[in-house]
Amino acid sequence: MNPWMLFFIWPVIKFLIAITIVLTIVAAMTWVERRTLGFMQARLGPNRVGPAGLFQIIADPIKLMLKEDILPASAEKVAYFLGPMIPLLPAFVVFCLIPYGPPPAFAVTRVNVGLLLIMALTSTAVYGIILGGWASNNKYSLMGGLRSAAQMVSYEVPFGLSVVGVLMLCGSFDLVKIVQYQERHVWNLLPQLVGAFIFFVSMNAESNRVPFDLPEAESELVAGYHTEYSGMKFAFFMLAEYASMLVNSCLMATLYLGGWTFSIAGYGLTTAALSKLGLLGGLIGAAIFFAKVMALMLVYVWFRATFPRFRFDQLMDLGWKWMIPLALGNIFVTGILVLAMPNLKIDAGIYPYGELLMAVVGAAIIALTLFLVTRGPRRPAAAARPTEPPKVIHASRVSEA
Amino acid sequence: MDALTANMPLVVFLLVGTVTVASAILVVAMRNPVHSALFLLVTFLCVAVLFVMRGAEFVGAVQVLVYAGGIMVLFLFVVMLINVRTLPEERITSPYWLGGIAVGAAIFILLATLVRTGPYHQEVNRPDILESIATHTMETTVAANGKATTGPVVHYTLAGNSEAVGNSLYQEYLVPFEVASLFLLVAMIGAIVIGKRELGAMEEETAPDFILDRVKTEHEVKEVVNA
Repeated sequence: MNPWMLFFIWPVIKFLIAITIVLTIVAAMTWVERRTLGFMQARLGPNRVGPAGLFQIIADPIKLMLKEDILPASAEKVAYFLGPMIPLLPAFVVFCLIPYGPPPAFAVTRVNVGLLLIMALTSTAVYGIILGGWASNNKYSLMGGLRSAAQMVSYEVPFGLSVVGVLMLCGSFDLVKIVQYQERHVWNLLPQLVGAFIFFVSMNAESNRVPFDLPEAESELVAGYHTEYSGMKFAFFMLAEYASMLVNSCLMATLYLGGWTFSIAGYGLTTAALSKLGLLGGLIGAAIFFAKVMALMLVYVWFRATFPRFRFDQLMDLGWKWMIPLALGNIFVTGILVLAMPNLKIDAGIYPYGELLMAVVGAAIIALTLFLVTRGPRRPAAAARPTEPPKVIHASRVSEA
Repeated sequence: MDALTANMPLVVFLLVGTVTVASAILVVAMRNPVHSALFLLVTFLCVAVLFVMRGAEFVGAVQVLVYAGGIMVLFLFVVMLINVRTLPEERITSPYWLGGIAVGAAIFILLATLVRTGPYHQEVNRPDILESIATHTMETTVAANGKATTGPVVHYTLAGNSEAVGNSLYQEYLVPFEVASLFLLVAMIGAIVIGKRELGAMEEETAPDFILDRVKTEHEVKEVVNA
């Protein structure tokens, strides 16, 4: 084929399709999220514009575009403009690395260190928040930016470590190979339950979502890093947040939920079965993939509706004292099990009893962790301190005292 | 057009290389520390691109992950926490610039001698970058045999891939690797210990319970260590 066609025109077309999908889902999510939140909190949510409030998707951007674009007098101009733009770039680029259907047609590009590259690119999205917070020249914005930096650096570690278990099972950084491993065995969610749990918690923290939305905690920091932003720049921050949610959901669907396939032990809608159907099969694969992605996006919304925000020290404790040791333990256990059960490496047609065993172990570990995390502080130290209220003796007992 | 596609790696290299060098100079030249940090970030990203162009995708990705994703965020964190807007105006060039240039030139000659084809370094036998991208898009299997560095041919095909890095780190250079990580751990603990300070009387009164709990634990740990 003509090299220009192969290396330039096709990738650009695929990239544009990928961006269109991202923007469509992000726009749809602004409506879906508020309606779902309304449903979960026994209220209505936006329902005035169009049928069931559906045209809110169009009304919101129009409102934001027509709003006055304010530039604070003491803002650092270049960084103030760059802030909202930077986090969008990695989100779009990462979406090109994720196969959203059977390859090669439904993936923009395929890199043999794909997963590593995705982790690297998503980790650069934090610069937008830090820069925006700093450039606004506002105390609250700066606090938001700094919190975001600390949070991102902390949760980057369990985020990366949780994926190592998947890599040990599948033996590749290539997302296509990871999906093809899962269709021959079982969704990685089962053998990597602990890893998936850590991954999900960390990805919530990475995209600054409730209960990890400390960078924009409105009860403490006005609106955090985007306090000084208005109009389309503010919209870009929101767009970036939803795009990073989407990218993380896509990554989780690929790594733990079998990507575009719907099969177990090589039976069902595998890549081979979909390829026989041609374009239709590709579209079915993409539909399966996006169904999984949307399910994960709804879990994000569900989290937002149900969890209260962490305090900052609780956030750091959870990251460093629970998630990282848990992730390291997960790597250790996975290593032992991969060595002990060689059939984890054998292809197709084997009943996944090894994976089921790992799932049971994982569920037990998660239950224990949740119990330990949520049981509240044990504080023998508090009893020893003089802050204890003075002993009051009831009048009827004075004689005894 | 064919001339352009044939020379694509060179064009990309010149472009990225220029940006790398320019942003590296701007890191030093900028008067605002945040701007310097941002240009350092650009430098890191460009160096990652150069790594990928040499077929070292793993190193490139790790470069972005570690330097751009972690270390630079910490740099920015510190710079913003100190909140230095601009450095005082002073001459950028040091009085020792002549010596600096001499040392720089010497190191450049040394590295160029080591890297260029010759007795110290064999030319890596791989197709040019255009073809190597094409092989990545096709279904290629990497021969991941355990001894990556025994035969020169195997070494070059694996060079830069995660399997090769893993094999050499955890088999060939296992002991140095573990020793290095132990040193890093010791340095980390040392930094934390040095960075600790006692709470003032005012802070002692106003600090919330969880902070006081921690201070108490620290004291206990210190007693155990001293005993």
